[in-house]
Amino acid sequence: MLIDIFKILLRFIVLVLVQVTLLNNIQLSGLVNPYLYVMFILVLPFNMPKMVVMVFAMITGVVVGVFTNTAGLHAAACITLAFVRPGVLKLLSPREGYEAETSPTIRDMGFRWFIIYSAILVFIHHLVLFFLEVFRFNEVAVTFTRVIFSSFFTLLLIVISQYLFSKTRAER
Amino acid sequence: MRNLFQLLWNNNFFLLYVILQGVCFYLIVDEQKYHQAAVLNSANSSVAKIMSTVNEAKVYLALRQNNESLALENAQQKAFDSTKFFDTRTQTFTIKDTAYLIQYTYTPAKVVNNNTNKRNNFLTLDKGLANGIRPDMGVISAGGAVGVVKDVSEHFATVQSLLHSKTKASVRLKNGFYGPLTWDGVDPKFATISDISANVPVHKGDTIITTSFSTLFPEGILVGHVEKVEANPAGDFLKITVRLSANFSNLSYVYIVNNKFKLEQQQLEAHTDSVDKNAN
Repeated sequence: MLIDIFKILLRFIVLVLVQVTLLNNIQLSGLVNPYLYVMFILVLPFNMPKMVVMVFAMITGVVVGVFTNTAGLHAAACITLAFVRPGVLKLLSPREGYEAETSPTIRDMGFRWFIIYSAILVFIHHLVLFFLEVFRFNEVAVTFTRVIFSSFFTLLLIVISQYLFSKTRAER
Repeated sequence: MRNLFQLLWNNNFFLLYVILQGVCFYLIVDEQKYHQAAVLNSANSSVAKIMSTVNEAKVYLALRQNNESLALENAQQKAFDSTKFFDTRTQTFTIKDTAYLIQYTYTPAKVVNNNTNKRNNFLTLDKGLANGIRPDMGVISAGGAVGVVKDVSEHFATVQSLLHSKTKASVRLKNGFYGPLTWDGVDPKFATISDISANVPVHKGDTIITTSFSTLFPEGILVGHVEKVEANPAGDFLKITVRLSANFSNLSYVYIVNNKFKLEQQQLEAHTDSVDKNAN
């Protein structure tokens, strides 16, 4: 139990630091901003109460946002992600339900399941984030393109880091 | 009433979401307020410290370009140094310096945080209240105009860059026609001027400079060069795409401009305005 809390805390610090020091400085044609840090909320264990997930999401959003003067924006996007997450988990639930003590990761759930799960949630997060950031609807096309491109890159980074940092894969 | 509480309690997940979303919207509005030192921003010193560490690394990566631009600037300064000129004047006279008052002072500052990939971009500088920096001062770099100071803490200042949806810099062509410069949020290299009427002759490569209307920048600071000229659909105004001369993705050192006569100009203009309104 204690080791789990420690692991979550460590993952939080690493992801936030990578986000604010490296990824926030990435600039590809003004359309792509990957937000790898959302992976922290994505991979919280299945059995964690949804209220706790939401509080974690709020904290994550505020911390990441403070570095770019957009605490409110990131927090709003993150809690929306946390709000939708239980629904998506229910939708994608295997027939026998989720095993206790597992997390929504490639290692525990397999590649196909994970890519669908994270694609939906990353897209929702980026949609809220970019549209709240612009706060006007005469730039819908540009903003939507940014959402699509950035979601794709975020997803790519999430999958890469999943393979880099998971030890063994399940046999499924 | 009891049923209402029961209902809320049963939907406590939704309730939590709504409450937190309320907090978020408060933060968003708070961050966009002008002149208000928000608690959660990157001028906050502990965050700024982390960002300045990150920036130390970035400065090294950009060292070559910075040296080049500083050398260029030095060369320009040297060219204007009066001791380098051969004096052909025969008359000698003393300067009575009461004829000239210093209007603008420049404070050099280091960029400790900068982004160009958002719709609304800010910079953080390592000069603040302690260095005499106040909100609404203009910021320029060796390349050209950069933005406007938005918020200051004791030792840091945040700058709303030209790459922000709410920044409207007053700029003009060399031939005097002026209009507001805005950024469409796509490419940090280009901005747009949209209010210049269609019969004005504009050519690719024309120089765009600042006006002193806004009291932010001195007159004639370079902003960029015309890249493309199009007529708007109605055909009565031009849409001019400007290649910005300041390289926003690679800013390391900038100057904060203090206009010593700004208050006087603004008070006079406000006074004229109010007199004018009362007269009508």
